[in-house]
Amino acid sequence: MAVAPLLELRGITKRFPGVLANDKVDFDLRSSEVHALLGENGAGKSTLMNILYGLYTPDEGQILLRGEPIELGSTKAAIEHGIGMVHQHFMLIPVMTVAENIVLATEPRRNGVLLDFDAARKRVQELSNRYGLLVDPDARVDRITVGQQQRVEILKALYRGAEILILDEPTAVLTPQEAKELFEILRSLKSQGKSIIFISHKLNEVLEIADRITTLRRGVVVDTIPASGATEESLARMMVGREVLLRVDKKPAHPGDPLLQVEDLVVFDDRGLEAVRGLSLSVRGGEILGLAGVDANGQTELIDAIAGLRAVRSGRVIVDGHDLTDAHAKDALDAGIGHIPEDRHRRGLVLPFTLAENLALHAYRKPPNSERGFLNLRAIFARARRLLKEFDVRGGTPSTPAAALSGGNQQKVVLAREIDGDPKVLIAAQPTRGLDVGAIEFVHRRLVEQRDAGRAILLVSLELEEILSLSDRILVIYEGRIVGEFPPTATEEELGFAMTGGGRDREAAA
Amino acid sequence: MSDDERRADELIELAITQDEVEQAPLQPGVPPPPSMHFASRFGGVSGVIAPLITTLIAFLMGGLVVALTGKNPLKVYHAIWNGTGLNWFFHIGNHSARVPFSTTHMWFPWDTSSVAAQNLQQTLLLTTPIILTGLAVAFAFRCGMFNIGGQGQYFAGTIFAVWLGTSFGGLSPWVHVPLVLVVGALAGAVYAGIAGLLKATVGAHEVISTIMLNWISIWVGSYLFGQGGPLQGSQPSIPISNDIVDGAKLPVIWGLKLLQGLSIGIFIAVAILVVYWLIINRTTLGYEVRAVGFNPEAARYGGISVARNYFLAMAISGAFAGLGGALDITGWEYRIGENDIHANTIGFIGLAAALLGRNTALGVGTASLLFGALINGTSGRQLDPSIFRPDLAGNLTTIIQGLVILFVGLNVGGVWLWLKRRRGA
Repeated sequence: MAVAPLLELRGITKRFPGVLANDKVDFDLRSSEVHALLGENGAGKSTLMNILYGLYTPDEGQILLRGEPIELGSTKAAIEHGIGMVHQHFMLIPVMTVAENIVLATEPRRNGVLLDFDAARKRVQELSNRYGLLVDPDARVDRITVGQQQRVEILKALYRGAEILILDEPTAVLTPQEAKELFEILRSLKSQGKSIIFISHKLNEVLEIADRITTLRRGVVVDTIPASGATEESLARMMVGREVLLRVDKKPAHPGDPLLQVEDLVVFDDRGLEAVRGLSLSVRGGEILGLAGVDANGQTELIDAIAGLRAVRSGRVIVDGHDLTDAHAKDALDAGIGHIPEDRHRRGLVLPFTLAENLALHAYRKPPNSERGFLNLRAIFARARRLLKEFDVRGGTPSTPAAALSGGNQQKVVLAREIDGDPKVLIAAQPTRGLDVGAIEFVHRRLVEQRDAGRAILLVSLELEEILSLSDRILVIYEGRIVGEFPPTATEEELGFAMTGGGRDREAAA
Repeated sequence: MSDDERRADELIELAITQDEVEQAPLQPGVPPPPSMHFASRFGGVSGVIAPLITTLIAFLMGGLVVALTGKNPLKVYHAIWNGTGLNWFFHIGNHSARVPFSTTHMWFPWDTSSVAAQNLQQTLLLTTPIILTGLAVAFAFRCGMFNIGGQGQYFAGTIFAVWLGTSFGGLSPWVHVPLVLVVGALAGAVYAGIAGLLKATVGAHEVISTIMLNWISIWVGSYLFGQGGPLQGSQPSIPISNDIVDGAKLPVIWGLKLLQGLSIGIFIAVAILVVYWLIINRTTLGYEVRAVGFNPEAARYGGISVARNYFLAMAISGAFAGLGGALDITGWEYRIGENDIHANTIGFIGLAAALLGRNTALGVGTASLLFGALINGTSGRQLDPSIFRPDLAGNLTTIIQGLVILFVGLNVGGVWLWLKRRRGA
């Protein structure tokens, strides 16, 4: 092809002891294109982009911008070369306004010392209008939605003169609607000459937005292909290196008796505001109930209340006929609640603990794992060895610290522990968050397996695709209430509409 | 570069790389728990190497200070070494020693009555309470708390030991000694328990509350043993308690009681080190304490009561320090004066020992011996004034202690390993 690339990475190699993060990676970006960088967790996408953003120096290789070799020793150098990055976790100051955040570190000044707020606001407004990135420059960042915060991040990069934008997993935190809006913005940026590197492991998104796709696997470029003509299946194969089952394979459900019943539950959030507002639901044995909703609509508080981790203000929680309202976490565990928490680092695992210790987090207090207050390490390790094998946890022995495992394997450890506790009710909160295709497949298969074993499964997820492919029944939560029930044949649009409060009228009418 | 160092480097690298490779999203805006970085980067082999380097650098800088005074650091350190009595182990010959608790003598490779032997007895006497106040810091730390109150808890044990030790004359030593030690430990436990309870119930930060409890204990002790105080001894105008009765004194097994020989206290301290290791590594309590210390949220999710563990961990910490105070009184001090209360800093030396020893049983034991030896070796009694003035030497000890704490805080040892790796790469 004759098109001269705007940016070219040639033979980039980056080694960490024991890990070859990037192995002679070639990557190029043309002017006005969206080039997706696809790969599993640990494939080396972030390392490569951190090299491009000046956070790491490559061991070997060259970076050429418009044909000229450049040295990127720092993020400052990257910014000066017109490279901007929107991190997955936003780097914004919550108590400052949008305009203040955007001009941070390059504030327009008046008389040399005073911050010129008016100029800042005006320039932000200009940029905002030019690229269709609508945000209120005077709004405080902690008061705007996650999608708007992301726009602020993009504006920040543009304000600093970015011609090349790196977006790291930008849709991970967005609702489907927000993701659509983001894609509109990206198209508009592209049409105005900006070039975009889009990092993702979501196949459908990559196909939708990208012009070309480069797939990385274990630090090596598998191939760079045009997006037209690629399919989800072909991309998954490139990414994982084998055939992957993208659709969950499951038999029809045979629901039994209700094992989890929640009645008129009211729960407060950390700020003391009502987060769950009179919510009722019931999950039967042998079915997966999917709870769909935009983040922060009471899902976390609902799960916490069921698992005994948050006080119940009113209403009831009943597990297999036993009243568990306002029980302690230990009682909830004993009553048969298994809980795959939404944040495995903050809650699901004690990262410095060994895998054996993590797997014993509930069972340590019961024989044979302990007797009369003394741990039986032999039993704990034997159990760990069995579970690690059963759940195909790779990269560690029972005495490896959990922190040393990849995200997918960490999640397998959590899954192993919760399933081995033989729960009646299994709460799976965002069970595949941050996992790659292979690990997602594993988690989904296990959840269906547990359903078929007669357990009641409450699946809470922000990923509609996951909800749709796993659930036997779908409830939509909005502002702490259930606003609709859907069959698994519902479309993403129908769910998305209800998730943003659109279904309330319909429910009121029904 | 030795194999060990290379492995240490690799471990650090691996841990750092893992952090980078790991892309699983945390809650936006919530940083990963700091304990994760700490434990994963500096556990393992480097967990031994980094403190060694830290100590070495502290001694080198101490040597620099000595050189500034115009003295030869090597000579000074050699004299301090001899003062510690640790040289005793290197003088092997044909000697005889009395078997403890009997009058029979038997052949022994070391001279048990040499000057070095007496120095060593003093070092071990000093090491005893440092081990215990060190464990007081270490145990709380394992539960995620910073117990600065070792000093106050030590005084709680001291005060009760003096009180009970000066009472009940004529009681059998088999009853009196255990009574004093157990009550001393309990006093420390209750005293630290206050801070634990405040943390568990209203969330009062233990650093603040234990510091304040330290001051309370100092002034209560000052009142009790001071002029006209209820525990002041029978000599008016001297603000010192009476000696504890003979039946409350620990048996001296090496050297003479009159010359402050070594009591069995050091063995009790070593036994407590083993107990500490057992609790931490082999009991459900230790499991819970560690889980809470590393990640209270995950512990809560696992059905562990975080509040209960905060309280228990503080109380057990206090018991260690309180026992330390009781051992000092029953082992060799026998009495305490108002001045001692103000001059004693054993709780803070324990803090340094726990920091340097990284809260492990072996580490705290070793670091305690280091500090015990250092304090004894630089004391006016042991150091030859013609080589280095003992008052300056005492300051040198403080400098080295201070540097160790500073370096552990900055993780100088770890940074050094990291820099070496960078240069090697």
